[in-house]
Amino acid sequence: MATLWRAVGPDGTVRLLKRPKLGPGSHPACFAGFETERMVLARLVGPNVPALIAAGDDGPDDSGPWLLEEWISGPSLVEAARRAPLPETEVVRLGMAVATALHAVHRQNVVHHDLKPQHILFRDDGTAVLIDFGLAAHGELPDFAADAADGAREMPLGTPAYIAPEPLRGERGNPKSDIFSLGVILYLLATGRLPFGAPESRGGMRRRLWLDPPRPRALRPELPEWLQEIIMRCLAVLPENRYATAAQVAHDLAHPEQVVITARGRNLQGGGWRAAARRWWKTVTAPPPVRRAAAEQLARAPHVLVAIDTEHETAALAAAMRQVVRRAASADSLARITCVNVIDATLSAGQEEAAELERGQRTQRLMALHHWARELALAPERLRFHVLEGGDAAAALLDYAHTQHVDQIVIGARGSSALRRLLGSVSARIAAEAPCTVTVVRITA
Amino acid sequence: MKTAILSDVHANLEALSACMAHARRQGAARFAFLGDLVGYGADPLACLDLIRGEVARGGLAVRGNHDDAALGGLCEDFNFIARDSAYWTRAQLGAAEREFLAALPLQQRDGDALYVHASAADPAAWEYITGLLAARRCLAATDAAIVFAGHVHQPLLFYTSGDGVKSFGARSGVAVPLSARRRWLALLGAAGQPRDGNPAAAYALFDAAARQLTQHRVPYDHATAARKILAAGLPAMLARRLAYGE
Repeated sequence: MATLWRAVGPDGTVRLLKRPKLGPGSHPACFAGFETERMVLARLVGPNVPALIAAGDDGPDDSGPWLLEEWISGPSLVEAARRAPLPETEVVRLGMAVATALHAVHRQNVVHHDLKPQHILFRDDGTAVLIDFGLAAHGELPDFAADAADGAREMPLGTPAYIAPEPLRGERGNPKSDIFSLGVILYLLATGRLPFGAPESRGGMRRRLWLDPPRPRALRPELPEWLQEIIMRCLAVLPENRYATAAQVAHDLAHPEQVVITARGRNLQGGGWRAAARRWWKTVTAPPPVRRAAAEQLARAPHVLVAIDTEHETAALAAAMRQVVRRAASADSLARITCVNVIDATLSAGQEEAAELERGQRTQRLMALHHWARELALAPERLRFHVLEGGDAAAALLDYAHTQHVDQIVIGARGSSALRRLLGSVSARIAAEAPCTVTVVRITA
Repeated sequence: MKTAILSDVHANLEALSACMAHARRQGAARFAFLGDLVGYGADPLACLDLIRGEVARGGLAVRGNHDDAALGGLCEDFNFIARDSAYWTRAQLGAAEREFLAALPLQQRDGDALYVHASAADPAAWEYITGLLAARRCLAATDAAIVFAGHVHQPLLFYTSGDGVKSFGARSGVAVPLSARRRWLALLGAAGQPRDGNPAAAYALFDAAARQLTQHRVPYDHATAARKILAAGLPAMLARRLAYGE
């Protein structure tokens, strides 16, 4: 839809120059894609998208509109996809990078709608960069890409191998459509195959509305159940059965031991014809979708981090904290709650005997976290437990909040002033430095 | 340069002042008024005074059907309430105000933008743009790239797409870029008598350099505006509706 140029400035800086193909015979969608990219990129910030340097409606000699973007020199995911099937660790590393980039874009109210290896580049530090927002939908701006397709009544908007079921029905702007495409990418990296092939007809594409792809572990038996669980949950036909956010995918890839394995992860075969028939019926009878902006959907699935001090917390404070967590969990039914505790690893470093002790301590703390959360009475799927290591509890919690896209931290205030003097106030530092909302729970005297 | 565009002020001084103060804080360099400056509200003189001042400072204003009604005529197409308020308004206006209103054009061109009260297609017919067809007629009647209109008291953005026209409801406070490859019709909500269920006054800020339009909603003292309407002996319904934005 556009021509790409490598532009070198007078000072030697390299940029990407993009110009739409205009003129007689060019498809109206070409320009709509160009317009969309300009509009959406102007709204996006951060390391996971190319920076928009400048844009104009007309170049020299009436050469038409143009975009000047940051040049990303790193390799694209195509290179890794060619080597697939990849070792599990590499699937996880690449998958986390892509999921993180996707979440960053979704948080800014944008659904990419054409996520595939060709549109994912990597910076030197391994950060994934999503490119080509020509089909993207911004939750607060006109949807030019959809308008153009509507006029042309042509193929659905997206790439056949990667497109999710609901955009095939014309639904736009659901971030979960990107999560489905992320599932296709993970499937490809893990098995070396595309789950639905690369169909060329609309009918061929629609098969994914009811048919399950072959289970990844049927193709590669050595793949762990948790990885199949993650991939198949991304590939669920109905959006509500997929992960609520890409951050949750990244979180599960980072902590496989916490993934709750269901039949989806264990089975080597799909649901069979009965399940297919059920899904087919659901598809043909499904009501027209309600469009919700990406940011609005993400807001309903916050990641809540509960910092639990298993050693010093009083029963009253624990009860008050559980009350706050219960409220958060019931207000947002898709909220994910992660309970964490920090152990001081520096004390025991370097000694073999101490390492043994530490393992014991970790297990004991994990048990304490599970025990703490029992009274929340939440479905296991919504809960995660972690014991973090670090001499500085606040730093460990802040680091975790940053890397795991935490939206809210719940932490108890230390009741006794003697304890606060001795240990310092972790909650005060968290409240001051956290990248998100912090709720400090205190018992009223 | 940023232009604050207000439509359907309807002699509501509280709403007008609140919008103007808000727009100035947002960096508005001038004001444009899309007609229906008077009618319904209790402060025609004070509002016209403010508006005249802005027009003298390089602002724009066009005439609406209620301004016409305030100048004379039978108002046969008005309902009783609108007619009562038109007759009341007539009695308030002095020679200077009448002269100002009578001199206002029905539409005004400014660069590639056109300002009009109802529709660029026969502006004096006061057509309500309530759908894609009417929007299309309006855009077809002018070669302006952007048309700003009011009259319907409901904000909505229309734009050309291929051979057709599409509509888009922008959220208030969100800057929408108006792509230069399309033509746009921005229907503004009413400053002085909102009817979309939200009592806050509506206006829009157009940034010509960035080609971006931002619609704003400004809460204002509608209770005072309503009290003045009752005190003036205008129909009570005109006071009541301000609290509900209906």
